[in-house]
Amino acid sequence: MWDTAFFALELTISGLLVGLMYSLVALGFVLIYKASGVFNFAQGDMTFLAALGLAALSVKLPLWVGVIIIIGVMVALAMAIERIVLKPLVARPPLVLFMATIGIAFFLQGLAQGVWGTQPRGLNLGVADETYEIAGIFVSSLDILGAIVAGVLVVVLVWFFQKTKTGRALRAVSDDHEAALSVGIPLRKAWGITWAIAGIVAIVAGALWGTRVGVQASLALLALKALPVLILGGIDSIPGAIIGGLIIGATENLAEGLLGPMVGGGIKNFFPYLLALIVLGVRPYGLFGREIIERV
Amino acid sequence: MFYRETGVFKTTYATDMELFPLPLDKIGFAVCILFAFLIVPFFASHYLLVSIFIPFLVFSLAALGLNILTGYAGQLSLGHAGFMAVGAYATVVMYNRYDVPLPLALLGAGAITAVVGSTFGLPSLRIKGFYLAVSTLAAQLIIEWVITHVKWISGGVYSTVDIRALEFMGWKIDTAPEKYYVALVIVVVMALFAKNLMRSRIGRAWMSIRDMDVASEIIGISQFKYKVLAFAVSSFYAGVAGGLVVAVYYGSANIEEFHLMLSFEILGMVIIGGMGSILGSFLGAAFMTLLPIFIDLSISSISHNIVDLSKVFTPDLMANAKNMIFGALIIFFLAVEPLGLARLWNTIKDYLRLWPFPY
Amino acid sequence: MKLRWALVISLVIAGPMLMAGPAAAQEKEQWLPLLCYRTGPYAPGGSGLCGGFEDYIDLINLKGGVEGIKLKWEECETAYSPPRGVECYERTKQEHGGACVHHPRATGITYALTERATADKIPLMTLGYGRADAQAGGDIFPYVFPLVTTYWSQVTGKIKYIAQREGGLEELKGKKIALLYIDVAYGQETIPVLKTLAAKYGFELGLFPVPPPGLEQSAQWLDIKRRFKADWVINRNWGISCTVPLKEAARVGFPRDHIIGVWWCGSEEDVVPAGPAAKGYISTNFHGVGQNFPVIQEILDQIYMKGKGNLPVTRVGTVYYNRGVIEGIMTVEALRTAYKEFGAKPVTGEQVKWALEHLNIDAARLKEIGAQGFMPPIKTSPTDHEGGGWVRFQQWDGTKWVPIGDWVTPMKEVVAEQVKKSAAEYAAKKKEEK
Repeated sequence: MWDTAFFALELTISGLLVGLMYSLVALGFVLIYKASGVFNFAQGDMTFLAALGLAALSVKLPLWVGVIIIIGVMVALAMAIERIVLKPLVARPPLVLFMATIGIAFFLQGLAQGVWGTQPRGLNLGVADETYEIAGIFVSSLDILGAIVAGVLVVVLVWFFQKTKTGRALRAVSDDHEAALSVGIPLRKAWGITWAIAGIVAIVAGALWGTRVGVQASLALLALKALPVLILGGIDSIPGAIIGGLIIGATENLAEGLLGPMVGGGIKNFFPYLLALIVLGVRPYGLFGREIIERV
Repeated sequence: MFYRETGVFKTTYATDMELFPLPLDKIGFAVCILFAFLIVPFFASHYLLVSIFIPFLVFSLAALGLNILTGYAGQLSLGHAGFMAVGAYATVVMYNRYDVPLPLALLGAGAITAVVGSTFGLPSLRIKGFYLAVSTLAAQLIIEWVITHVKWISGGVYSTVDIRALEFMGWKIDTAPEKYYVALVIVVVMALFAKNLMRSRIGRAWMSIRDMDVASEIIGISQFKYKVLAFAVSSFYAGVAGGLVVAVYYGSANIEEFHLMLSFEILGMVIIGGMGSILGSFLGAAFMTLLPIFIDLSISSISHNIVDLSKVFTPDLMANAKNMIFGALIIFFLAVEPLGLARLWNTIKDYLRLWPFPY
Repeated sequence: MKLRWALVISLVIAGPMLMAGPAAAQEKEQWLPLLCYRTGPYAPGGSGLCGGFEDYIDLINLKGGVEGIKLKWEECETAYSPPRGVECYERTKQEHGGACVHHPRATGITYALTERATADKIPLMTLGYGRADAQAGGDIFPYVFPLVTTYWSQVTGKIKYIAQREGGLEELKGKKIALLYIDVAYGQETIPVLKTLAAKYGFELGLFPVPPPGLEQSAQWLDIKRRFKADWVINRNWGISCTVPLKEAARVGFPRDHIIGVWWCGSEEDVVPAGPAAKGYISTNFHGVGQNFPVIQEILDQIYMKGKGNLPVTRVGTVYYNRGVIEGIMTVEALRTAYKEFGAKPVTGEQVKWALEHLNIDAARLKEIGAQGFMPPIKTSPTDHEGGGWVRFQQWDGTKWVPIGDWVTPMKEVVAEQVKKSAAEYAAKKKEEK
């Protein structure tokens, strides 16, 4: 009994830490959705592109030079996406924009592997991935770093969206494209900024995940882990992404560890979706999502 | 000039309600049907039949199913590959194990999938938009898990069940043209059914939900009934499509054929083809399934006939460039016509209808 | 305006296709289509396999072909997905006078092609993957050849190796072996054999499925370490899910030299991203690694020195590259056997099938090819489509794979029993279908 309880505690703690790493990926989705109402399917591929680029560059260059170059790449990418993809699709149905991001996903994955090769790479951030046993529970230094980074990122982003002028402009854009335009907010500039920020968040997520599991095309599939986090927390809520990540991370670990053996295991993939579905049944816009009031 | 009609000349209700109001559409439809029934099976090579036409038909049916749900009823689903898997295994189990005749097995597969699909459609009563889309991924993942874990369905460690030789009332369906006919007949019948369904009370109810669900509820359209019905009909189509994958395309049911990306691809077919258009489902299926093959063939043809690209680029870049081209074309066609290929076709048609006097 | 653009783009895509006439089949040239995957999450494996295969075929062509017949190869991209694979198979089987042999290079594609290839009479060579029970050959699997070794032979070899490390088969009693597998058909394939072995030798088998893609496995590893308390872990994953266990094991402090990977989890691509966490990790293999084999040296001399290689030279000698070379060797040996029997002209699938059933690559022949020590000797028969089943073990020392010990033979009786059972089931199903 005591054993099981301890095991459950251990599962919960490692799950919480992993959950924050999911949140990092989910944050990218939230940002873009918040500012442009686009559900960006390519966020996973942006994460992969950033991680692969960073890993490839850091072979020959010092890490900080690589980071600067990759930030440049992601900003350029954001501008290109704004100009080539979003501009012709202003005020189109959200599904069409979603489809366009699937196109971007195909393109980016081809681009990343075409330019930097198909070989998986290791990534070394200069942070030792060491494990400490605290009161009999394994805690890894990389996980702690991930948690701190996620926390800092959220504080910065919340501050940006609530307090700065640009941030408020972005929120206005997310409310209503046309209304924002009519009060003189440059829509396209706002989008460019948002995609660039999402690109930078992708670098952070890509760097941490790349250090954790290595850099290869499967990193793009992290998006699938981020989706339940996203809808559980609310698709447009930055704190929601963090809390959603914590909940999903802990419960999926508990489910796999405790429930899994009874039913044949391997339930970690669908359990988060099931959980999110149940929560949505009670709160249709996630835990912290903004409710859309419909008028007839 | 071909399409010219300078005014409304409809004199009876019958002509007003015609399936194809324009004379040339009627002729066009008849030509397509004749071409599909009489020309393709006799002149297309084995490769074209089994790798181009049959998959095209099968995926058109799946896209049609999702289009009913997304394009007409306004609900999203990312579980359609999973629903196809249900139909596929249901067909194999019924046909192989219980000797159900083939048409009944396909219908039964559709029915079973409709039950599964409408169960997963229940959350649509509360959840909308992308929240609904993501939560339907649960359907995809749960179905995958159940099929790989329940040995009664998947049969042994290989999770692969070959369908036995196709046969119906003594007719052995074993050549490519025969399989093509099976797919064609089913697809044509189901497409016509869908086209008619959209003109019925049910179709109109769905469209009212799509356009504004709160308003449609106020005018007395039962959201529960019609949303669940939309999921049921849509997954019925997906189930039959899954059955066809097994029966006439692959010859075996294997869960890897119905992976998650296929769900996204089917949604892509609907969006690229045109939401709320039967024709669009076919155009979209052609785009998503055939375009990668065409890109492949074009590049290898350029390499053979013009310049040897493999001397210029590394093979890795060559292979990945195909993905890049495909992604770029998706974006390009959306930019040209965000409402889909069917709308593009309509634009051309409208242009021709009034040509040469567009005033 | 936009319409016009759409038209132009469509023509650019479709135009070249219209020009493509049927390529004339040349006399004295054998067509070898390649199913490849250079895109998507499994591209690291696919690009290595294809590059090695192509380089070896180029080498053979440079040396005048097989019995004077040149081999013509071309890639078709499958992206590891069954629909694309089936399309490639159908397309390539009719080109250039017809395909005579195919390597599906993916579990899903192998399953999808088994029936088709049998109907088309084109042998499938599945080296180290695909259906293990197909080694029964005969009337049940006439056209499927899981050559050199299969998953089932491998897993018996692994148990033998563990026993050897523990000090004998009787020492296995009471030991705990965890099978960590990706939760798809490929991952589940060895479970029946392991269960048989567990009953026979008295070890406890723990099953730990990893849902694909397996980026995150902390629950499984806590379970292995804390509750199950495994002595050994078998890593049966694919792609990134091979790498993650090494990192997770390091986290929970599980010794890496007690993790034994399947050969699809035993390449440089699987361990390099894990960094120092991978040191000491063991995996199986069925061919040599590194460049120190005459055949690899010849490829370096003849192909790469002249700048004609199909991959960056740094990948020559890596695990996937060498696996491509062994696929090339087996294909060429099959063709050679066929030409000797049926005359030096392009052969059909049926003739290659005969040749594949009468392969005899002994030590002398291996020396001629330059592959002594690179691969085990192989002798097939109509009812043995595997031809040996030897495996060997290798350990990652932090920078390269180091072979450990000699070739290990499988437990023939255990495998044979399982093959007999599974093949009979398949045959019974087939019979019922007719």
